[in-house]
Amino acid sequence: MQAKRRRSPAATIALLPTWIAAIFIYIGTMVWSVRLSFTDSTIFPSSNYVGFAQYAKLFRTSRWLASLENVLIFGVLYVAGCLALGFVLAASLDRKVRFEAVFRTIFLYPYAMSFVVTGLIWQWILNPTLGIQATVRALGWQSFTFDWIVSRDMAIYTVVFAGVWQGAGLVMVIALSGMRGIGDEQWKAAQIDGIPIWRIYLSIILPQLGPALAASGMLLSMGVIKTYDLVVALTGGGPGTATEVPAKFIMDNLFERQNLGLASAGATVLVLSVVMAVVPFRYALSMRRRRR
Amino acid sequence: MATLHARGPKPSRLTIGRIGLYAFLILAALFFLLPLYTMLVTSLKTMEEIRQGRIFALPDTVDFDAWKTAWSGACMGTQCLGVRVGFWNSVKITVPAVVISVFIGAINGYALSFWRPKGSGLLFGLLMAGGLIPYQIFLYPLVRLLANVSLYNSVAGVVLVHVIFGLPLVTLLFRNYFMAIPEELCKAARVDGAGFWRIFLEIMLPMSAPMVVVASIFQFTGIWNDFLIGLVFAGRDNLPMTVQLNNIVNTTMGERTYNVNMAATILTAFVPLAIYFFSGRWFVRGVAAGAVKG
Repeated sequence: MQAKRRRSPAATIALLPTWIAAIFIYIGTMVWSVRLSFTDSTIFPSSNYVGFAQYAKLFRTSRWLASLENVLIFGVLYVAGCLALGFVLAASLDRKVRFEAVFRTIFLYPYAMSFVVTGLIWQWILNPTLGIQATVRALGWQSFTFDWIVSRDMAIYTVVFAGVWQGAGLVMVIALSGMRGIGDEQWKAAQIDGIPIWRIYLSIILPQLGPALAASGMLLSMGVIKTYDLVVALTGGGPGTATEVPAKFIMDNLFERQNLGLASAGATVLVLSVVMAVVPFRYALSMRRRRR
Repeated sequence: MATLHARGPKPSRLTIGRIGLYAFLILAALFFLLPLYTMLVTSLKTMEEIRQGRIFALPDTVDFDAWKTAWSGACMGTQCLGVRVGFWNSVKITVPAVVISVFIGAINGYALSFWRPKGSGLLFGLLMAGGLIPYQIFLYPLVRLLANVSLYNSVAGVVLVHVIFGLPLVTLLFRNYFMAIPEELCKAARVDGAGFWRIFLEIMLPMSAPMVVVASIFQFTGIWNDFLIGLVFAGRDNLPMTVQLNNIVNTTMGERTYNVNMAATILTAFVPLAIYFFSGRWFVRGVAAGAVKG
């Protein structure tokens, strides 16, 4: 097979733009950024190497530490929330309901919109002086308080909330198409045994959706590290540093605070964290494939 | 998408369980619809009515002034030109970026599946790895590179960046699509004397029309919804709609005109929502294909 393949110079030429992008943009700029992280660059890049000083400074910066804590809270709750709500919605729709297509359309539409739009919508609804809090108070319940978005302790959960609202539909679509691929026989067997429906979904259907859910969980997790626009639109990182995230910390230091070295160190840490998360996953995947 | 149809007839009897199921689904639907509803009613109210704080109430009188202002008069800093400007910027950025990235993705997928020239495995691996890495590590050097070739702060620059960052996914989509097509087809054409480009243009591209649609929808919504790349690379005069919208809402001085803000938000969401509603299962296929790339 391979020997018969006639090499065509046209194929090589066709891939040339992509080669250039891969080498110069993906690898080249990354190496450049990592190099900057070892210099004392501020507004302009400098070639004065300071070793790991920027990294040391980074992990002494309370704003960065707060952003790490926030992205961890957000990431765990956002991914878990999307998976749980998406799975429950899919299981409900799988029960032969009327107007299934209408429900499906409603649950997925937020995913079509940008994070900026999502952020601005929820900023409006959660606004304490005009949103839910004001509405409930106008109904007569004067002491009602729902001011999470301006609360230092709770603001991060509003980001989670908006994120889950946006992303749960995606999980629903993937889970539902997975459920429809499972054979009737298993259903019949389980029903003959008298297993309650919720147990069937939890103990029989859920394990079989594992790979599909893992893939969507993976996709959502990749989005977590990149989270920027949702926070910018919803809370602007505030109040204080209550919803600051690493991507925003890096952007602010790159383009507003002019801390090139520090921002590059932050970006390098992000890349390393992605590598550390992805490599074991990929490794496990290829090991499993080899065993088959 | 036949796989999305329920099996068998719908149960005809309403049990307590079924009522509970429908109650849950309706509540969930209300939760998902609430923000869209709230935006819509807010955009149709006057500021006076909004100040009364009944955010979920229907407007007393339907008033389209906020929509007109949002489209052609909303202020971003001292400029009051509305989201119209951003809308056309987004069109100018999105259309070429989608066309170019889908075309290159198709060529890549075709070359990587049927021809596999030397090093193509490595290239594919590099692309996939590149697709996983957070953009922040590329940004500053890329700004410098584009500035050096005078593409920074231009529509062409943003388009180029979108094409580059779109490469991993469109390439993967097309490669997987072409991998499922029997290789004999390509071989037969080669025996008949057709070359790389002729096979691509006359056989493979027409055959991949469904993938072209899926990839285009995927790329279109993704690029239209982008914020980061537009913010960094577009420059003041070419800001896409998402960036302009955020600037209008989050940096205005004085009293916020919530009705105008909500109208502007709906206008920004309109294009991807329209694509979603009209392309339905194609959109779903696109996000599903993107999601299970793994």
